[in-house]
Amino acid sequence: QKVSVEMLDHLEHLALVDFRDSEGVERLQKAIQFADQLQEVNTDGVEPMDSVLEDRCLYLREDDVTEGNCTKELLENAREKVEEYFVAPPGNIPLPKLEEQDTFLQGS
Amino acid sequence: MAARGCGGVWRWARQRGAGWPGSGPGPSPRGQRAVACNARGGAVPAGKSGLAPWIPVVGLEIHAQISSNSKLFSGSQVQFAAPPNSLVSFFDASLPGTLPVLNRRCVEAAVMTGLALNCSINKKSLFDRKHYFYADLPAGYQITQQRVPIAVNGSLSYSLCIDNKMSQMVTKTVRIKQIQLEQDSGKSLHDDTRSQTLVDLNRAGVGLMEVVMEPDMCCGEEAAAAVRELQLILQTLGSSQAVMAEGQLRVDANVSVHHPGEPYGVRTEVKNINSMRFLAKAVDYEIQRQIEELENGGTILNETRAFDSKLGCTVPMRDKEGKQDYRFMPEPNLPPLILYDTKSLPDNMNHQQVINIDWIHERLPDLPSVKREKLVEQYGILPEHSFTLLNEDGLAEFFETVVKQTQMKPKKVIGWILNDLFSYLKKHSLTVKESPVSSFLLADLLNLLEKKEISSTAAKRVLAELWKGEGKTPLEIVKEQKLELLQDQKELEQICQAVIDGQENE
Repeated sequence: QKVSVEMLDHLEHLALVDFRDSEGVERLQKAIQFADQLQEVNTDGVEPMDSVLEDRCLYLREDDVTEGNCTKELLENAREKVEEYFVAPPGNIPLPKLEEQDTFLQGS
Repeated sequence: MAARGCGGVWRWARQRGAGWPGSGPGPSPRGQRAVACNARGGAVPAGKSGLAPWIPVVGLEIHAQISSNSKLFSGSQVQFAAPPNSLVSFFDASLPGTLPVLNRRCVEAAVMTGLALNCSINKKSLFDRKHYFYADLPAGYQITQQRVPIAVNGSLSYSLCIDNKMSQMVTKTVRIKQIQLEQDSGKSLHDDTRSQTLVDLNRAGVGLMEVVMEPDMCCGEEAAAAVRELQLILQTLGSSQAVMAEGQLRVDANVSVHHPGEPYGVRTEVKNINSMRFLAKAVDYEIQRQIEELENGGTILNETRAFDSKLGCTVPMRDKEGKQDYRFMPEPNLPPLILYDTKSLPDNMNHQQVINIDWIHERLPDLPSVKREKLVEQYGILPEHSFTLLNEDGLAEFFETVVKQTQMKPKKVIGWILNDLFSYLKKHSLTVKESPVSSFLLADLLNLLEKKEISSTAAKRVLAELWKGEGKTPLEIVKEQKLELLQDQKELEQICQAVIDGQENE
């Protein structure tokens, strides 16, 4: 079945992606269909696997200070900085609601 | 000081017009509550007002910063005040290609805390990613333990005084749902004048233990008392220094109200509570706010609110509108965390890679409740005395040092410690460490008293003098002010005779 406009809008808000046009939405639909093939496998009584690492040993590190003190290097990546602080916009700027948006989804 | 239990019956009184600063109709001024709960929990009939009673329900989520040298998943240092972004590794800044490596000490801290809170330790626990966008969370997700945390199903016992009387203490218990390991976020400094946020990642990645308490509490005092006991336990274990002022212990309260026999009401989450005092205030305010809202025919939104300490009220939080979808997923870079006990200990594994729950259990220090009992047993003091001794940092040690150095019975010493020394400290807002009167000086003084060289009134005068901290010994002060008790029979007779003679002449 098709993905609803509300669901698409919800996804756009959560993941900060813009489906942009009908081709983008189509690709999403196809991706979901492709993944849905997993439902055909009977997994009754089978423990889900999280990761191929699940049988590996989780390495425990000693509590020593071995890193840090590289402020200059880290700030090189910052577009804007103020006295060794990274600069970000004031709080999360909420995306406009579906009705207010000027997006492709409006028309669909 | 022990928290006061919400004893007795509270009656609802409507207050119209008495505006609450900052918002429209709000709860009535401090001191009047519609809350009815007593130290035994549950609701008490509201009595004459005729309105159905309300049962407030309070649950807590407490984040305690783990006391460790380095962070949970990286080797950068954990320290409170440092130049911005100086304690940040590439992993903490979420640069591509970096991976989390778990800190052994953080796991041990969580196991200790779980054991101290009577939890079952999960021998296999898992890490997950919790996704949300915020400038101080560079990865866009926090590594936490949502599915299977390290410890579950524990309990915490704490004490309250009924009706403000120290002599009537009651013990309550709150269930611990779980304890999980997770990363702390960085710090955001909001610069509203320039419409920007400054981000410091020094705190990003520091290890946290989140302790989730079930909604077994019913008011601000209970919440504060439970948190205080947890704080003492953490400090005793050393797993966290739990200093609220330095952000090492942060509390979020979940509050709802309902009528007896009905299902739980919609709950709100109250954040931004920065001290124990504000915790009680914030919880009680929110309870009142909800009751008033509902009695006025309104509804409670399932929202997140912040406590405004200046105004003494809770306000909706700006960035938390609408229900969050955290899209939890297993952390693919971390295999399950396996813990062992003496039975399951593998033979041929590297010692450093193995955490033995039993080994940790055997080495747990005496918890506050045990220490209190020992003090009562050993020294014959009252439970409420030992409660105060442990509640004040250093006071128990001070008491024991004095007892060791004086012949005076502990039951008498405790009076001097609590009534005299402690009240002096409180009056001048000093900690035990800052006391101008050391345990040695006090012991000296009490010895003079015990040997009957001075009277108790004189001893109090000497203490007042010692308090000035001028470096004089008790004996010196006694000599200076001629406070010695006269022992000479003849001299006493002469004085009495003189007084009698003087009377006769009038």
